[in-house]
Amino acid sequence: MSKHHVSAVINGEPTEFLCETQQTLLDVLRDEIGLTGSKEGCASGDCGACSVIVDGRLICSCLMLGCEADGTSITTIEGIAQGDHLHPVQQKFLEHAALQCGFCTPGLIVASKALLDENPNPTEEEARYWLAGNLCRCTGYDKVIRAVMDAAAVMRGEKAA
Amino acid sequence: MNYIASDLKVVGTRPVRPDGVEKVTGRAQFGADMRMAGMLWGKVLRSPHAHAKIVSIDASKAEKLPGVKAVVTSKDFPHIANEEAFVGEGPMNFRDLSRNCLAWDKALYEGHAIAAVAASTQAIADAAVELIDVKYEVLPYVIDVEDAMKDGAPILHDDLFTGGVEPKPTKPSNIAKVLTFKKGDAEAGFKDADVVVEGRYTTQPVHQAYIEPHACLCSYNADGQVTVYSSSQGHFMVRAYCAKLLGIEISDIRAVPLEIGGGFGGKTLVYLEPVAIALSKKAGRPVKMQMTREEVFRASGPTSGAVIEMKFGAKKDGTIVAARQVLKYQAGGFPGSPVGPGCMCGLAMYDIPNVEVIGYDVVSNRPKVAAYRAPGAPISSFAVESAMDELARKLNMDPIALREQNGARNGTKTHYGPTHQNIGFLATLEAAKNHPHYKSPLKPGQGRGIACGFWFNIGGETSAGCHVAEDGSVTATSGNPDIGGSRAAIGMMVAEVLGLPAEQVRTMIPDTSSIGFSFLTGGSRTTFSIGMAVTQAAERVVEDLKQRAAQIWEIPADAVEWRDGKAYPAGSNAGAFEPLDLAALALKAGRTGGPIGAEVSLNAQGAGPGFGAHICDVEVDKETGAVKILRYTAVQDVGKAIHPSYVEGQIQGGAAQGIGWALNEEYIYDAKGKMDNAGFLDYRVPVASDVPMIEAVLVEVPNPRHPFGARGVGEVPIVPPMAAIANAIRSATGLRMPDLPMSPPKLRAALDAAPKTSPG
Repeated sequence: MSKHHVSAVINGEPTEFLCETQQTLLDVLRDEIGLTGSKEGCASGDCGACSVIVDGRLICSCLMLGCEADGTSITTIEGIAQGDHLHPVQQKFLEHAALQCGFCTPGLIVASKALLDENPNPTEEEARYWLAGNLCRCTGYDKVIRAVMDAAAVMRGEKAA
Repeated sequence: MNYIASDLKVVGTRPVRPDGVEKVTGRAQFGADMRMAGMLWGKVLRSPHAHAKIVSIDASKAEKLPGVKAVVTSKDFPHIANEEAFVGEGPMNFRDLSRNCLAWDKALYEGHAIAAVAASTQAIADAAVELIDVKYEVLPYVIDVEDAMKDGAPILHDDLFTGGVEPKPTKPSNIAKVLTFKKGDAEAGFKDADVVVEGRYTTQPVHQAYIEPHACLCSYNADGQVTVYSSSQGHFMVRAYCAKLLGIEISDIRAVPLEIGGGFGGKTLVYLEPVAIALSKKAGRPVKMQMTREEVFRASGPTSGAVIEMKFGAKKDGTIVAARQVLKYQAGGFPGSPVGPGCMCGLAMYDIPNVEVIGYDVVSNRPKVAAYRAPGAPISSFAVESAMDELARKLNMDPIALREQNGARNGTKTHYGPTHQNIGFLATLEAAKNHPHYKSPLKPGQGRGIACGFWFNIGGETSAGCHVAEDGSVTATSGNPDIGGSRAAIGMMVAEVLGLPAEQVRTMIPDTSSIGFSFLTGGSRTTFSIGMAVTQAAERVVEDLKQRAAQIWEIPADAVEWRDGKAYPAGSNAGAFEPLDLAALALKAGRTGGPIGAEVSLNAQGAGPGFGAHICDVEVDKETGAVKILRYTAVQDVGKAIHPSYVEGQIQGGAAQGIGWALNEEYIYDAKGKMDNAGFLDYRVPVASDVPMIEAVLVEVPNPRHPFGARGVGEVPIVPPMAAIANAIRSATGLRMPDLPMSPPKLRAALDAAPKTSPG
């Protein structure tokens, strides 16, 4: 069977790729395009390690087919920082030591950015429920939540970066 | 040198970790992120049966599928003698490990690897394993530990005879081993007791549930040289185990450590690497393998489920005079449960004159257990600390006061032999008792529990280095994979010795050919052991730098002192010279003796044990049986926190894993002995909305055997939570929950069955 020809904007770059029908967006990102920052932890949408933003919506890239990405705009972890300027969420993850092994971190950072894009002033409870789809086995979430709340304050201009 | 009493500038601060940016930008390379030209994809065929004889394996159809390059079975592995080798922390039977990687004549659990394929694409590999025709003779199976111990139970291994009993048995058994520890006379102790509490506790197998599935990329070259890229808790372990299992010389394998996406003990052994090497050898191409989440659950880890009988006897004044504990641990398909540490750890915290502990290591048709954070201790302590709570209630004593009265102190001889030295258990209890959490009022319907935990911590064989580059910049090297931020702590200790800011030291983890041997990252040893080695390496570099400054200034070396990253003349008598910094000294290195650097290999001794005390408040939803954790405080003696944020992180993460173990996590089996919940939807680990902030309280009782006073910290925090939560539920509802997990259906049933009395 012939492959699908897909055009999408990935991290601001117009990108074309070929994929088979059964390949997920995660497979395509990792195996066809070489963006291995999105991780496979479960391939069933339960762990969030493959979180990406598609047309402004936070999704698990393991639950979307590659060919469905045609015409979309996708942000992956590789597109969160602007050049060498880290996003406030990334910066706060570092300052708060909100990562240990770092495997769930790309997904958590993408999901946190999506949260703050939608809700710049979340309560701790809102942040916890928003991030409930991103499993982290190392941190117990304490420092993750602190980093997200701190990044939100910086992005609202209430605090210096 | 010892820096415990020194004025520290770097150690104890919270700099950004040296590998942080690549981890928050997605650039860090984990197990599944590597590729090689010409790479094939490997896939494992797994047993659909809990217990079956493998009659025949016919791979001819799979081999004919276009794109399939190799198929291997256990017949491609050399035969290995059935004997226990000692590998640093504990025993390892390499025959069993080999047969766990690829089943020999029997499948011992559902998910047991039977054969493997390498093909040009993942899809072809997936299709090819389905074409392998395996004829099984399905055998009766046994899952439960006590069922497996019964006479007439299906026997897993015809050549397994119970060890540790006299006379040597003549009939094979699923009981691999019986362990007995005795101190004083437990029987007499109980006769002397005014108050006795007894209970039977059970725990279920739980998985380490690292978010990164096992993955590797292996290349067997035509000259017999092998390269292994994988994520593990020890690349030297990977190298040694692959060499042993495949009959390859150790130096013919180079193991390259990729970033590890969590391990918690579950990546201290090999599953895929030997299979991938065998496939690569056969196919003549590199082979990449990665497990699915389902395979991770069905075929790797977990830790044991267990049955524990617990009995305490005490005088009216609270003095515990006797303890008896019987522990029956599931080992999975092969012997090797952590019942040994279970026997030791539970009661290690207390000074009890009469103790008897009996442990059983029992095989059954479940995946072979792997180490999980303080292996064996959380299970044992769930029983000990729950019973301790009951004892406090019976004696009408505060649970911390009871533990203080009977707590181990310096000089206490444990029931398994060693005498405690330089421990901080009482200081930990004191900090818990004085914490505002312990004194805060509870609302009606809420309950508070406390429980304690112990872990030995280990040191062991270790290599680390410190190198000054041509421009004076500094690299630290460690032979241990960084599983939770150890690079930061290692670099900080080097920076402290060299008098530099933390940010100026890069810490790297070289491959097995580029640094001396290090035992794996486990036993809470890395910051302790690597810290010891890297401190010595940095001190050698400082001595060398002083020597070079002396040479340049033409004064004796002892007339040079090193401070704040520079060589200074020591006092006015030494002469008036401008200080020389690292860049200046590195610039002249070619004329003062060549490259500047040192690597130290040592066998780290004196890892001080760690103690924790956790306080937990809960509320129980009477309608659903769901437990809400309202507040959680974890107090721990950490020796000296090198990087306090990562120490807190270990404690918070361990506590959260314990919360999952307590409330939700378990292996559920169907009527055919197959795991029913092999995915993150049904095997429910805690998510962000399940837990509150977890306050980590660091008690610093320095370990005098470490240059900075460090102790291991990673394992203790998973020991107390199960009992802390059970004790809090007891306080909130009046119900003693002796069976884990204390999940909503179980708690709801207990609430329904309970006579309507008020909690107390």
